[in-house]
Amino acid sequence: MENLLAFIATRYIYIMTIILMMIGLYALIAKKNLVKKVIGLNIFQTAIFLFYISFSDVDGGTAPIFLPDGVSATYVNPIPHVLILTAIVVGLAITAVALAIVVGIYEEYQVTGEDGLQEVMKRQ
Amino acid sequence: MRENVVIRTVCRLFVPFIQLFALYVIVHGASGPGGGFQGGVIFATSFILLLIAFGLPCVRGRFGRSWIRAYAACGIIIFAGVGLTCILFSGNFLEYAAIETALGIPHLQTLMIDIVEAGIGITVMAVMTSIILDFVGKEEEEPL
Amino acid sequence: MFRRLNRSALVAVIFIGIILIWAAEDMPAYGDPKAPANEYAAQMYIDRTPGDIGIDNIVTAILASYRGFDTLGEVVVILTAGISVLLLMRRGEGQ
Repeated sequence: MENLLAFIATRYIYIMTIILMMIGLYALIAKKNLVKKVIGLNIFQTAIFLFYISFSDVDGGTAPIFLPDGVSATYVNPIPHVLILTAIVVGLAITAVALAIVVGIYEEYQVTGEDGLQEVMKRQ
Repeated sequence: MRENVVIRTVCRLFVPFIQLFALYVIVHGASGPGGGFQGGVIFATSFILLLIAFGLPCVRGRFGRSWIRAYAACGIIIFAGVGLTCILFSGNFLEYAAIETALGIPHLQTLMIDIVEAGIGITVMAVMTSIILDFVGKEEEEPL
Repeated sequence: MFRRLNRSALVAVIFIGIILIWAAEDMPAYGDPKAPANEYAAQMYIDRTPGDIGIDNIVTAILASYRGFDTLGEVVVILTAGISVLLLMRRGEGQ
């Protein structure tokens, strides 16, 4: 029992981000509407970003911006922040193009769910 | 219909302050939190607020399609141009220290980084605005 | 709400979640300064930024100066997304 409490006390961040990832994955697989699938993809992506940035924290560290002269402090690891800045913008580009495709499908076939889409593909 | 007046007045008051804050975030990217990407998105938010409050014809009258595309290309030309200028001063691509040692001006690297961040901000702002205008403009042109 | 629950998707998601939480036991503790992610290059960037570049924000120094080429590719990705949305939204008119 103490093992379980120690496990949760030191690794709670991984459990929380994994729960968020699973919520996003469920929305991506199980929902039928195409727009809801895109939103599930976004939730999954946000959980991955949180998981990656949680690697950069150091106990008692402050933001990686130099304090004024004379004050010394430990700074957190700045590299994951840089990589995630790029990844956030890439995720935004993916969402924009995915929603454009969904709007195009709706205008061409008047269908907005995955069973309607499968019927359209069978008809052709 | 009364609520229209409140929304329009508040949005009209807010938009310049949002743009000023966006410029502040871009320019202070070197000495505090912020930078090009963040400031560009905040700038585009002010245009989206105008679009929501005043409708499409007002915004389309001010930002035509060709201008937005020209801004998007401009930002990346600034970035690549700074990189190629570093080659002119016998350095590697995007090596800002080459210009600093060739011209002899101290603290030139900060200026180069600020120019690069401004270029990134322009491109991000133009692309966000162009995406939103494409989505909304498509609905209104469909005569269905 | 529970009428439309997709049973097999829920089972698969819970199974994957349990496996991932079981695997989280091997990961370093939250905020450990000796974790492998904080060892190799981070301290070098923090030590060399005031001398090489001289600005206060370490993240912007890495993004715009040490790894500026990646940022150039990043801006090209944003531009490509804008162009793709433009092309996708224009299929109906003016052919």
